[in-house]
Amino acid sequence: MSNYLVISAILFGIGTFTVMSRRNAIGILLGIELLLNAVNINFIAFAFQQGNAVGMIFVLFTIAITVAEVALGLAIVILIFRLKKTVQADEVNLLKG
Amino acid sequence: MNLNAQLALWTFLGPALAVVILAFIYPLRRSGKPAAYVSILGIGISTILSVWNLILVKANPVSISLKYHWLPGSNGSLANVGFWLDSISAIMLLVVSGVALAVQVYSLGYMSHESEQSLGRYYLYHSLFATSMLGLVLANNFLEVYIFWELVGVCSYLLIGFWYYKPEAARAAVKAFWVTRFGDMGLIIGIILLWGQTGTFDYQEIFGMVQAGQIPLGLLSLASVLMLLGAFGKSAQFPFHVWLPDAMEGPTPVSALIHAATMVAAGVYLVIRLFPIFDAVPLALNILTYVGSFTALLAATLAVRQIDIKKVLAYSTVSQLGFMMAALGVTAQVASYFHLFNHAFFKALLFLGAGSVIHAVGSNNFPEMGNLSKKMKVTSTVFIAGGLALAGIWPFSGFFSKDEILVAVGQSGKAVPLFFLLLTTFLTAFYIFRAIFLAFYGPKKAEAHAHESPKVMTLPMGILAGLSLVTGWFAGDFEHLVHPQLMAEISPSPLPWISLGLALSGVLVAWVLYQKGRTAPAALTATLAPLSKAIDKKYWLDDMYEWLYDKILLAFSGLIGWIDRYLVDGVVNLSAWLTGEAGSKLRLTQTGKAQDYLIGVTVGLMVLIILGLGLR
Repeated sequence: MSNYLVISAILFGIGTFTVMSRRNAIGILLGIELLLNAVNINFIAFAFQQGNAVGMIFVLFTIAITVAEVALGLAIVILIFRLKKTVQADEVNLLKG
Repeated sequence: MNLNAQLALWTFLGPALAVVILAFIYPLRRSGKPAAYVSILGIGISTILSVWNLILVKANPVSISLKYHWLPGSNGSLANVGFWLDSISAIMLLVVSGVALAVQVYSLGYMSHESEQSLGRYYLYHSLFATSMLGLVLANNFLEVYIFWELVGVCSYLLIGFWYYKPEAARAAVKAFWVTRFGDMGLIIGIILLWGQTGTFDYQEIFGMVQAGQIPLGLLSLASVLMLLGAFGKSAQFPFHVWLPDAMEGPTPVSALIHAATMVAAGVYLVIRLFPIFDAVPLALNILTYVGSFTALLAATLAVRQIDIKKVLAYSTVSQLGFMMAALGVTAQVASYFHLFNHAFFKALLFLGAGSVIHAVGSNNFPEMGNLSKKMKVTSTVFIAGGLALAGIWPFSGFFSKDEILVAVGQSGKAVPLFFLLLTTFLTAFYIFRAIFLAFYGPKKAEAHAHESPKVMTLPMGILAGLSLVTGWFAGDFEHLVHPQLMAEISPSPLPWISLGLALSGVLVAWVLYQKGRTAPAALTATLAPLSKAIDKKYWLDDMYEWLYDKILLAFSGLIGWIDRYLVDGVVNLSAWLTGEAGSKLRLTQTGKAQDYLIGVTVGLMVLIILGLGLR
């Protein structure tokens, strides 16, 4: 059981680090995928341990939503590329105060 | 709503509609004469209806109080609007609308040299004044009366300053507003005190509580004395009398209407209207008697040495209002009201006569007049009629009401006020006949192209002269109407004869001094010299007020201004500056990069988790 959780935590750490440190927007999206999959592993592990199928069903939902998120995220990245001719996240600073 | 109530309502609405029309249809207002006709039509309707109303009320006395909800409150309405029609307000309606009609017609002649625009403005103000004065008369609660009370004050301000390009007129308008405002402050505080105690503004409910003794005497005394301040301010009683003579800077018809017949009588009317309250407070009654009689004498002495005909009449008004106040103090409210009624007509008449003289001569001052009775027969006749009524000479109206007041004061046993009032009677006859002899008789001093005024001016004067001859004879009817329970108990008293004798001797002294041209003995002149100097200085009261204003009030205002500018504004500016500075520093942390924010979120989350673990 704890093996699963360790793998999940490692995966989550890698994902977080990716999201925060990559400059490329596509890399950030990949990091988010890792985060979500770490969560998925947690869900499965707990569902398996407690003999409850709800966690597994939830994972199916998460995967479906992830697909949608990636589609939307990539679309946004493409739009940003068209607008600013770049996919570097630190050059997109429209929120700057 | 029965017929009486409808009549009263339309009496009020007549001039009110004229105000609306003149205020919003500005081409009509700027057209001058047509605007005047609209205004006269409005007040004319009021006059006819109020005469009709009075006839009905006389035949069948009523006391109708109509109330409409106004300010919503938690239980019922906080304040009502409405009016109270009884014999007192019915009589006052006639006085106000009648004199206003006479004055507005007269103004067609007197103000004929004005430009069309300012004539329209003049009549707009006049209509507004008539509306608010009628509203004041009809009001049935304190809040309503206070609103109209201030509105007549505003109209007085606007009309005194009608020739606003004259610095004296502008100054006089401000002074009048200022001094009456000071009294009004007392009035509103008194009203609020009563409201705080009773929870209602309604006259009749408060009267009921006063009569049932539900209001503590201390609070009632305080409230009624404060309300007296308002009445004294409006009615130009000592120490607030200083504004009225200056108010003569306004056009003469305005002085006749507002500063002689109606608005200045509003103070007396208020006390009469609220008499059940004042009746319960001995302190208020004493103040009324002493202040009233003192003012009567003070103003009469001041009137003696004026060279401006309007100022003589102004001081005379103050003095006569003092008579009314003194009568109220000895619970002779009917006599007081009767004097108000008579005074409204004969004093308006005197002012209109003075206006006619001023119109002809082009100056207010006696040295420019003299021997006008040859050229101005009608004016001099009516002016003398008004003078006789003012002096209280039989059979003119002033005789009847003044004697009722003197008898009432005599019966009360208050010797000092009685002495003051008798002395005033003598001085009144003296100063008004001094004015008559100086203006209408004696040598012709200036080759003025004096001529009689047009019909539109002499006709209202004639009607008022007729009224001041006849109204006195209706004393019995008047008393019965105002106070049916109180049957006139005429106890034989020598006072009417004494006062008549004093009045006649006043006329005689004026005749000897100003018609025969005898000079008074040198010894007498020398003795009276300090007094006449004091009179010329108006007993230094104006100077004192000016000093108070200049030194105390302006210094205080300066201090307040400094505190506001540097302390209050300083705190406000400091907080604004701090916020601005903090904002401009903090905005540097906003990089606009989503990843930076995410780092913030992650670090924050980790700190929270560590804190949570640590606390457990």
